[in-house]
Amino acid sequence: MTHAAFLTSSGNTSDDADRARYRRVTTLLGLLLLASMTLSLSLGSFPTSIDQVVHALVAPQNSDIAFIVWELRLPRILLAVLVGAALAIAGAILQGIVRNPLASPDVIGITSGAAMAAVVFLALFTTSLSIHWLPAAALLGALLSALLVFLLAWRHGITPTRMVLVGIGLSAAMSAVTTLVIVISDDSSAMVAYVWLTGSLYAAQWQDVLGIMPWLLVAVPLCLTQARQMDAMALGDQVAQGLGVNVLRSRLLLMACSVALAGAAVAFAGGLSFVGLIAPHIAARLVGRSFTRLAPIAGLVGALIVLYADLLGRVAFLPKDLPAGIFVSGVGAPFFVYLLHRTRADTRG
Amino acid sequence: MPSTSTKPPRLTGERLHAGYESRRVLDGVDLAVAEGKLTVLLGPNGSGKSTLLKTLARTHAPSAGRVCLDGEDIHHRNTREVAQRLGILPQGPTAPEGLTVRQLVGMGRFPHQRLWRQDAEQDARAIREAMAYADVTDLAERSVDALSGGQRQRCWIAMVLAQQTDLILLDEPTTFLDLKVQVDLLELLSRLAHEHGRTLLLVLHDLNLAAAYADQLVMMRDGRIERRGSPAEVFTAANLKTVFDLDAHVIRDPHSGQPVCVPRRSGAKTPQRHPEGQLP
Repeated sequence: MTHAAFLTSSGNTSDDADRARYRRVTTLLGLLLLASMTLSLSLGSFPTSIDQVVHALVAPQNSDIAFIVWELRLPRILLAVLVGAALAIAGAILQGIVRNPLASPDVIGITSGAAMAAVVFLALFTTSLSIHWLPAAALLGALLSALLVFLLAWRHGITPTRMVLVGIGLSAAMSAVTTLVIVISDDSSAMVAYVWLTGSLYAAQWQDVLGIMPWLLVAVPLCLTQARQMDAMALGDQVAQGLGVNVLRSRLLLMACSVALAGAAVAFAGGLSFVGLIAPHIAARLVGRSFTRLAPIAGLVGALIVLYADLLGRVAFLPKDLPAGIFVSGVGAPFFVYLLHRTRADTRG
Repeated sequence: MPSTSTKPPRLTGERLHAGYESRRVLDGVDLAVAEGKLTVLLGPNGSGKSTLLKTLARTHAPSAGRVCLDGEDIHHRNTREVAQRLGILPQGPTAPEGLTVRQLVGMGRFPHQRLWRQDAEQDARAIREAMAYADVTDLAERSVDALSGGQRQRCWIAMVLAQQTDLILLDEPTTFLDLKVQVDLLELLSRLAHEHGRTLLLVLHDLNLAAAYADQLVMMRDGRIERRGSPAEVFTAANLKTVFDLDAHVIRDPHSGQPVCVPRRSGAKTPQRHPEGQLP
């Protein structure tokens, strides 16, 4: 070992330990996710063993349960994983940009915009258009409301505080419209709207999986290219600028990624965005706040949360199939209160 | 002025105008930052000293005039290339919860790193040297937010040092710190200029510390530079009155010969003649 190499390695023991820990956490969570997906595939209203499921997966032509596994359960499980990962990474980005641990895709109007669009679609357009257009309508609502928040908050650039204030205001207005539309619409579309607002993966199909996939394939690598800029911006805009970060450009790119991820997830699964609030926190506890590590781990954690929330919804109250959103909120709400409590304790000293 | 062989200034501001919203803060400022010296910007609150520093640091865009680094307009250059030559420490920076000192100092390497190309060995050496120089090596694994104000400020200075720039701009690096800590920090910064040839520009609030440590003082009032020169030249009772509207005596420290100001209390009798003599 050369002198320099020796110094380098001895000077960075904590970095090495962090890296080893990150690898360990990634591997464990990855394996846990795969095992959970397999478990979820074998559980449902129709009893199936893991053997049968594996058999149906590798040789569907010789299996009696190929339809259940391939057409009912697998797309739903994959969608749960993708939606969870997308919401979690979107939340990690937003919490980083806003520099507030209580931020989530909700605060810039993504969820409420999607909800309003979805409810309006259900109330007014289901007679003329197929229900399959619902995700497209919700996505459009999410993107438009995020854009509106941007435009209203723009003032020689974007400051996080202003963006959050505008976002909260706009969200409140759109929620009011959502409630109004539900109240005045007929019972059947109001019921569908409620389930959508709670967040559900019921009757997920392959086309949903294929619909959300491109958004993740573009946005996740793109936000990872800005990971180091994100870490620098965590020190404040001026410090980041001093370090050579093009703050406006990085922030817009990251915001676009967050909006795309959250918008796509909400479009296909409804109001599950609480995942975007809690998954990044769990991930930060596991691997710290460096975005290069935080984003992938948050994605895995989010995938696990939605996967189990949906599994509970499917099997815990058979024959009823309950929306996953109930269980996400059931875990999320107490955690949120705990976070608020902790933050208050921190600021008090 | 002694005719020392001074290098031409690399960072200059020409006819700078700047402001916020409708308020004009800088009103035609010209400044060339002296190479290898410690220059201090002084002025009453709202005089524009912080805005001047930010404009020179390119974090605030001038409405007219231009800032040049090595002869090129700093606002039109690649910000990462600028960051390889010019480091800045804004006023009262805050580190995110849980960030360790080593991680913070490591952020200083940002302008030297690319997404796929990082010289780990060179980075590690720069970080180690910066931490040693700012005397924070022992704190490396501690959380920045758990440190005392003085320790924390040394960590931020270490981050700027890890950036390895010839020019360093600091906005009120000593505010809210104990006098002893302020003195230690200024000792550290003046060594950077005098022993390592770095060029430093600081905004300071404390007049006497500025007079004690600055090679060059730049006194501002109402968005203009009123006086500039060495402390011996410009730190006078008359200038303090003009620039700060401060009634004070300026006496010389019998030990170092540096000027020191003592506020004149209203209603107090004219003091007895001081053995060291009183400056005009």
